[in-house]
Amino acid sequence: MTDVAAPAAVRVQDDRKDQTLHFLQNYGVYIAIVVLVAVNAFWTSDFLSLDNLRVQLFQVVPVLLVALGMALVIGTEGIDLSVGAVIALASAFIPLYLGYGAGLTIVICLIAGAVSGVVSGAMVAFGQVQPIVATLALMIGLRGVAVILNGASAKPVNDPFLDGLGLDSILGIPKMAWIALIIVLIVAFVVRRTTFGRQLVAIGDNRAASQLAGLPVRRVLVSVYVISGVLAALAGVLIVGHGAEADPSNYGLNYELSAITAVVVGGTPLTGGKVKVLGTVAGALLMQIISATLVQHNIANSYAQMVEAVIICAAVYAARGRGNR
Amino acid sequence: MDTVLAVTGLTKSFPGVRALRGVDFALRPGEVHALVGENGAGKSTLIKVMTGVYQPDEGEIRYQGQAVQFATPLAAQHAGISTIYQEVNLVPLMSVARNLFLDREPRRYGIIDSRAMKREASRILRQYGVDVDVSRPLRSLGLGAQQMVAIARAVQIDARVVIMDEPTSSLEQREVETLFRVIGQLKAAGIAIVYVSHRMGELYEICDRVTVMRDGAVVAVEELQNLERLQLVSLMLGRDLNEVQRNGATAFDTDREVEGQTVLKATGLTSRHELDEVSLSIRKGEVVGLGGLLGSGRSETAKAIVGALPLQGGQIEIDGKQVKRGSTAAAIRAGAVMLPEDRKTEGIIPNLSVRENIVLAALPRISRLGLVTRAKQDEIVDYFMKRLQIKASSPEQRVADLSGGNQQKVMLARWLCLQPKVLLLDEPTRGIDVGAKAQVQEVINELARDGLGVLLISSELDELIEGADRLVILREGQVVGELHGDDVNEGELMTALATAPAEAEGGDPA
Repeated sequence: MTDVAAPAAVRVQDDRKDQTLHFLQNYGVYIAIVVLVAVNAFWTSDFLSLDNLRVQLFQVVPVLLVALGMALVIGTEGIDLSVGAVIALASAFIPLYLGYGAGLTIVICLIAGAVSGVVSGAMVAFGQVQPIVATLALMIGLRGVAVILNGASAKPVNDPFLDGLGLDSILGIPKMAWIALIIVLIVAFVVRRTTFGRQLVAIGDNRAASQLAGLPVRRVLVSVYVISGVLAALAGVLIVGHGAEADPSNYGLNYELSAITAVVVGGTPLTGGKVKVLGTVAGALLMQIISATLVQHNIANSYAQMVEAVIICAAVYAARGRGNR
Repeated sequence: MDTVLAVTGLTKSFPGVRALRGVDFALRPGEVHALVGENGAGKSTLIKVMTGVYQPDEGEIRYQGQAVQFATPLAAQHAGISTIYQEVNLVPLMSVARNLFLDREPRRYGIIDSRAMKREASRILRQYGVDVDVSRPLRSLGLGAQQMVAIARAVQIDARVVIMDEPTSSLEQREVETLFRVIGQLKAAGIAIVYVSHRMGELYEICDRVTVMRDGAVVAVEELQNLERLQLVSLMLGRDLNEVQRNGATAFDTDREVEGQTVLKATGLTSRHELDEVSLSIRKGEVVGLGGLLGSGRSETAKAIVGALPLQGGQIEIDGKQVKRGSTAAAIRAGAVMLPEDRKTEGIIPNLSVRENIVLAALPRISRLGLVTRAKQDEIVDYFMKRLQIKASSPEQRVADLSGGNQQKVMLARWLCLQPKVLLLDEPTRGIDVGAKAQVQEVINELARDGLGVLLISSELDELIEGADRLVILREGQVVGELHGDDVNEGELMTALATAPAEAEGGDPA
């Protein structure tokens, strides 16, 4: 009797373990956010104050915008390391063109981001260059261009419209957070409900098959890098607005890594074929809350980095086998 | 000791599926034991449990008289159970010799003795009919030769049991003969072989006993010579004998008259090293078979027509209109679609649902302003799941979780919902179970009756001969003959292939 009972019990346990893992894979990020916010509500004074929440949003929005583009690129089994440099490039253009008006300046910045995306996308789609190599080249080159355009030292940017974008709030919520919200909704809609979004996912899952099914593989790949470039440029504009100065030597440093972290922690596999938009939002928020928690308790940044490392490992571990289920 | 490997009462469940329900299986030393069943019958699961890929929920595995539990495939391999999977699982970029000796390289002073390794590798591989420079990377070899390297490797690891999962699906006739000779040698050396194949002829040629599985259970264990083909098929299908088609080995119509207009006309297709001035045409309602040995350019011809192979020359007309070369999108728009040979790497989008896989190519057509609408999709998906009898728990099931036969039907549905004019089928029934095979063949029949032009590529002679109204024979990328009407039979085809002096030695660096 025990002979039969034992394996049955083990099986139930296995099933339960499977389910738990599955649950954590899908909702772990959200749970972590809730837990951290709850802990901070008691442990950190003024954590839930409007001022503090606004500060957190100001910091997370640029990363989030970059991460949304990154999620699309990663969905095609690619990666975009150039986003940080594109931020720098956009920031360098602002003092140059501000004389023609803020609107035109922003458009020029976004076009610069798009052009950068066309270049890396074309290398990937037509030149068969690996995404990591193509965008690494741009990451190095574009920051050089940005610093040459602007000079090595920061330039002040005093434009009411730009500063307003970076600093003002509507209904108590930063303007830039509203912008991010709209873009999140658009990206989520694009991924789920447009032919472009579905083709993107299919190409990331099986490029050869998508090609044979007549999908516009190259067009989709280029588009994805263009979107990533434009979103990075937009992040650059907001960062300049928030800081009221353009500093291409320092802006956007390590943003590519923060964005990749947010995407991965949010449950989008690096192997492509899946894009988790809400997960990416959650991933960006989680990383922001963690660093905020540690900063506000005067814990050195080095420790924050170690915690981040652990979380990345945990997320990647949880994502293991996701594709096989 | 009359069994080398025996399992009793094996049970294995996955979420939602009981893959094995109390399976007994016994393997004697020196026998070739066929393991057959429809896809989803539990063959693969059984193999994976015996080789340590999965752990059984219940049941016992005895190997050489001892109860064992293999924690990993490596443990099973070290114990002497080698498995050769359908897809070659070696390291494509490493040399042939390294692959053969991976993990057991001959060493001198702790350093790999590459000269000895190469010498040994050449010697061993020659026994398997593979005569190549063993320092070449494995992937530069043909698929057949790669398979042989995998088999040689498996045997070299002092195997007592060799499990072969559809070993011949990528081999040419000549390579199959070599394989059978090797199997004979293994047998003589007392090694037991589990042989999984969908090809009836092969089973009867080399196997001693057969275990038939259906729905996760063993339904028969027999001496193969006591079992007629028809009986075997009916056991696998679980159907009555007289339900199994008696005339012919396939579900195709015979003797149809075709008098449609030309729907596909390809002239002078040329691709470096692969195709040399290949021309062929297909009429409405006609099934044209492409005959030829492996490497004769059959798949390449199909790929060229749908724009998936770069061409240096040639013209393609579909329904009287010239089609831009080298663009799959253009070919599809013109009405030519291809079911690729390799379903896994070129066909399915594994993590997408059945629904999304079906509408993948049709998506732009059933969308407005790039927005996907569900109503139209559901209608199409519903229709084809019923028409092709696709078995899935729901349209939202991941396509990777379906059996091979159902995946193939999903692929067919993807193309049929585009209402194509020409359908190119590259090995449409490879690796799918008998039931699905008959269904696919019937569908091809119906489509041709409805006026579709079909190009059929198949390594199974029965399928090619009974399915095709006309055969175009290829050799080394050239059209070398054509068989019409009554000449479409096995004898004529064999003659046509045999007269082809294509029997160049394997590994010819062309």
